[in-house]
Amino acid sequence: MTAVPGVPAPGDEASSSELCLAVAASSEVRDAVAGAPEAGEAVAASPELRDAVAAVPDPEIPALGIADLGILREVRTRGERVEVDITPTYSGCPAMEAIRADIVATLRRRGVADIEVRTVLSPPWSTDSISEAGRRKLLDLGIAPPGPVSRLVPEHGEWRPGLSLLPLRNLVACPHCGSSDTDEVSRFSSTACKSLHRCRSCGEPFEHFKAH
Amino acid sequence: MTAAVVPALAVYALRLGDDCLVLSQRLSEWTARAPELEEDVALTNIALDLLGQARLLLSYAGEVEGRGRDEDALAFRRDEREFLNCQLVEQLSGDFGQTIARQLLFSTYQHQLWRVLCGSIDPTLSAIAARSVKEAAYHCDHAAKWTLRLGDGTEESHRRMQAGLDAMWPFAAELFERDPLVGDLAGRGVAVDPPRLRPAWDAAVLAVVSEATLAVPDTAWAPTGGRSGLHTEALGHMLAEMQHLHRSHPGARW
Repeated sequence: MTAVPGVPAPGDEASSSELCLAVAASSEVRDAVAGAPEAGEAVAASPELRDAVAAVPDPEIPALGIADLGILREVRTRGERVEVDITPTYSGCPAMEAIRADIVATLRRRGVADIEVRTVLSPPWSTDSISEAGRRKLLDLGIAPPGPVSRLVPEHGEWRPGLSLLPLRNLVACPHCGSSDTDEVSRFSSTACKSLHRCRSCGEPFEHFKAH
Repeated sequence: MTAAVVPALAVYALRLGDDCLVLSQRLSEWTARAPELEEDVALTNIALDLLGQARLLLSYAGEVEGRGRDEDALAFRRDEREFLNCQLVEQLSGDFGQTIARQLLFSTYQHQLWRVLCGSIDPTLSAIAARSVKEAAYHCDHAAKWTLRLGDGTEESHRRMQAGLDAMWPFAAELFERDPLVGDLAGRGVAVDPPRLRPAWDAAVLAVVSEATLAVPDTAWAPTGGRSGLHTEALGHMLAEMQHLHRSHPGARW
């Protein structure tokens, strides 16, 4: 799976998958890997460089950039080196390696030779990190964007498995007709980060980016 | 490899990682064979989550061990007796009832484990746990819903779900065992003390089993040994298939 440069036509959502979301970047500078040569102080990358990395498309939903999805955490420069922090949406997200390769290729095209792409796990990615622009693009692709995590995701603390088999109703609005009369069909869809739903008004199936 | 020469933290990370790796391999056996398309996708997604967690944990174990073994070396170049997973996850997938029973018992345990491990003083384990607890919640929910559907379903689905539970139940005891290694790590705030997870596990599993009109198996048999490399016959056969390609073509790349 390789990233397609440029913006794909609408309708590519059928193969959409791991949105690697980027959390709004924290401004703190993370410690370099122990033992890595310190080529100077790390500073925030120039807006041009950051924008170029931010626009690297998600391999599965190429209309969205990795910053839209909250996958991109930070872009720094340290002397001649450019350091990029990314975070996976799910532990098993298979898109991470393609994203890593695309970031390196993007920076190489801009003449950067010394590139370090790091995967950071903490804090864990959350759908709350998807930008407003990212949510609009998801909707345009026919994928219902996630609601607030606090409302939908089983909480870590006192969560117990639900003991009802009734389909979840009215969880999300249909991205096609806007009706809220929808059913959850399956909690797992074409990728781990999405669930499958159907609209009882217009009859169309659709995917929902699960709050996570 | 023995616990005597490997740092305790590396052993602990391997135990956690091997649980994920072995169950991931078992679940992937259902790919393209599940009873319906949505279920095929669900089990494969769960297997993928577990594989991702396994990669993080095995990589960390290799790093802590400091002998130059990466995730692939640990997954594909160790023999059966060097695997430190619990025996529950290596059990044959059997029919769908047996697979769901294994999922119910294990994912409920693992969800509690990640939840508590979020508080580890080890920043890597804590980060992996915080990443994984959200995934495990979906795994628990999936298993609970199928247990209800099968247990409180037809006569045949009830019989098979009960048979699956009967087959898997004895292996759950090992999940809550404390040995000196984990006891010491838990005392230092690095690991989770396994017996501590039992009350919440009991409450969650019993609620589902009871709602599903199933019976808790009446057995005192509690096989053990996985954490020190002693396994049931099932693991060796599984590893033979899992490791075959890598061992036949060392260093092969896509």
